[in-house]
Amino acid sequence: MEKSEKAVITVIGKDMVGILAKVSDMCAKSGINVLEVTQSILQDLFVMVMLVDMARSSMAVAELAGEMDALGQGMGMKIHVMHEDIFNSMHRI
Amino acid sequence: MNTNEILETINMIDNENLDVRTITMGISLLDCAGPDPDAAAQRVYDKICRYAQDLVKTGEDISREYGIPIINKRISVTPISLVAGACPGASPLRFAKALDRAAHTVGVNFIGGYSALVQKGFGPGDYALIESIPQALSETELVCSSVNVGSTKAGINMDAVAKMGKIVLETARLTADRECIGAAKLVVFCNAPEDNPFMAGAFHGPGEPDCVINVGVSGPGVVRAAIQKHGGGCTLTEIAELVKRTAFKITRMGQLVAQEASRRLSVPFGIVDLSLAPTPAIGDSVAHILEGMGLEQCGAHGTTAALALLNDAVKKGGVMASSSVGGLSGAFIPVTEDAGMIAAARSGCLTLNKLEAMTAVCSVGLDMICIPGDVTAEIISGIIADEAAIGMVNSKTTAVRVIPAIGRRVGEELDFGGLLGQGPVMPVNTASPAEFIARGGKIPAPLQSLKN
Repeated sequence: MEKSEKAVITVIGKDMVGILAKVSDMCAKSGINVLEVTQSILQDLFVMVMLVDMARSSMAVAELAGEMDALGQGMGMKIHVMHEDIFNSMHRI
Repeated sequence: MNTNEILETINMIDNENLDVRTITMGISLLDCAGPDPDAAAQRVYDKICRYAQDLVKTGEDISREYGIPIINKRISVTPISLVAGACPGASPLRFAKALDRAAHTVGVNFIGGYSALVQKGFGPGDYALIESIPQALSETELVCSSVNVGSTKAGINMDAVAKMGKIVLETARLTADRECIGAAKLVVFCNAPEDNPFMAGAFHGPGEPDCVINVGVSGPGVVRAAIQKHGGGCTLTEIAELVKRTAFKITRMGQLVAQEASRRLSVPFGIVDLSLAPTPAIGDSVAHILEGMGLEQCGAHGTTAALALLNDAVKKGGVMASSSVGGLSGAFIPVTEDAGMIAAARSGCLTLNKLEAMTAVCSVGLDMICIPGDVTAEIISGIIADEAAIGMVNSKTTAVRVIPAIGRRVGEELDFGGLLGQGPVMPVNTASPAEFIARGGKIPAPLQSLKN
């Protein structure tokens, strides 16, 4: 299997103005290309899932995870960054 | 991109205690043996430090990158009796010290393999090693010890069983000032697996390669949540399917971590051990899974049947998810490490007798059970003999890890802290098996046909 360089960013929390802007701004600054975005409201919670390409990123996944976690805490939201492989391996045979 | 699957995974990790319990590096020490004991101990220290220097960092890197908690990084080594046997007359304690120093140097949580395999008799080094266990466990911090006293092919070595009763008691006595914790790091096995990544029983069997990465997954909380969410009104057939599907997902995560660790450390991947290993944390309990199936409390009649279903379904789900499965693989029932078991033991619903029956169908045996400190060594030997017999006859691994609570009685508690948890001292049957144990000799290996 070719090593994938994609990561999944999930944002969960109370809806507010500028969530998408802040998250994608951080991606843009680090050279991370956003491939896909879906967002929805689940039981009063705002949920956004982004698939991003890290191939040209100036940050490693672990580093981005730390930055995003801090950003999320500032907004009172939970932001996870996880390597795409984990979802592929858990849910695909 | 499937949002539901992504959210499911994140929910499992955030709210249901999904984690990789351990990455365990197995290291062979057979090439460290030699006639000079101090030089051999130095070679042991050097080899472990050389092989495992990046283990902890690699585990932490993978954990951060993939967003999966990896709780423990551990090392298992060749049973030390095989190494110490090359220098007869010298105390094997120096090897325990070398293991402890090496474990501290590389920063792992535990190192297992202060062990002897004596199911058919004592080889050179075995007896001295067993004799040294109480002192070794009281004078080291991270060393774990195990002794295999029986197997389906060899029978049960009752001389070793008699000896181990005394050793368990002595180990608890020497660590009486520290909640008798020594005994929590000592396991007596029947049919011990050679590739088990879980402590305290991990060792690197003589049939294993030079170095190997084994991974133990966990996730009782995830299974319990799945039953709670989707199990309403289900038949047990459907519950078994639900457990299988959940075990599959958990194991896939373990497989991913194992492959990645193996690649980064340039060490061959050994096995994934698909065990449901509980922790004292709320929502991470095997007992609560059984209760989720409809038992009022763990220990009620029906518990053994529920555990049998769970144990088998975990194996079936996990086997397809990994290219190589091994170790103990199943559901653990360590009393002090499981919030539901602790509660059931406190209320008196879960007894030692019921636990013994449960060990016939779970993946290991009588695990982390506090017994009164005034029990005799013969009673402990009797417990070990019973447990070994269950393992021997049923061709499965069984083990005994009981902690005699020195100076405490039934109803009082021991508190080890951390993953080892806490629990009440449980009553044991005090009728004496002394004469039976004192006979020594062997219980012959059982017939493998005419099975009824």
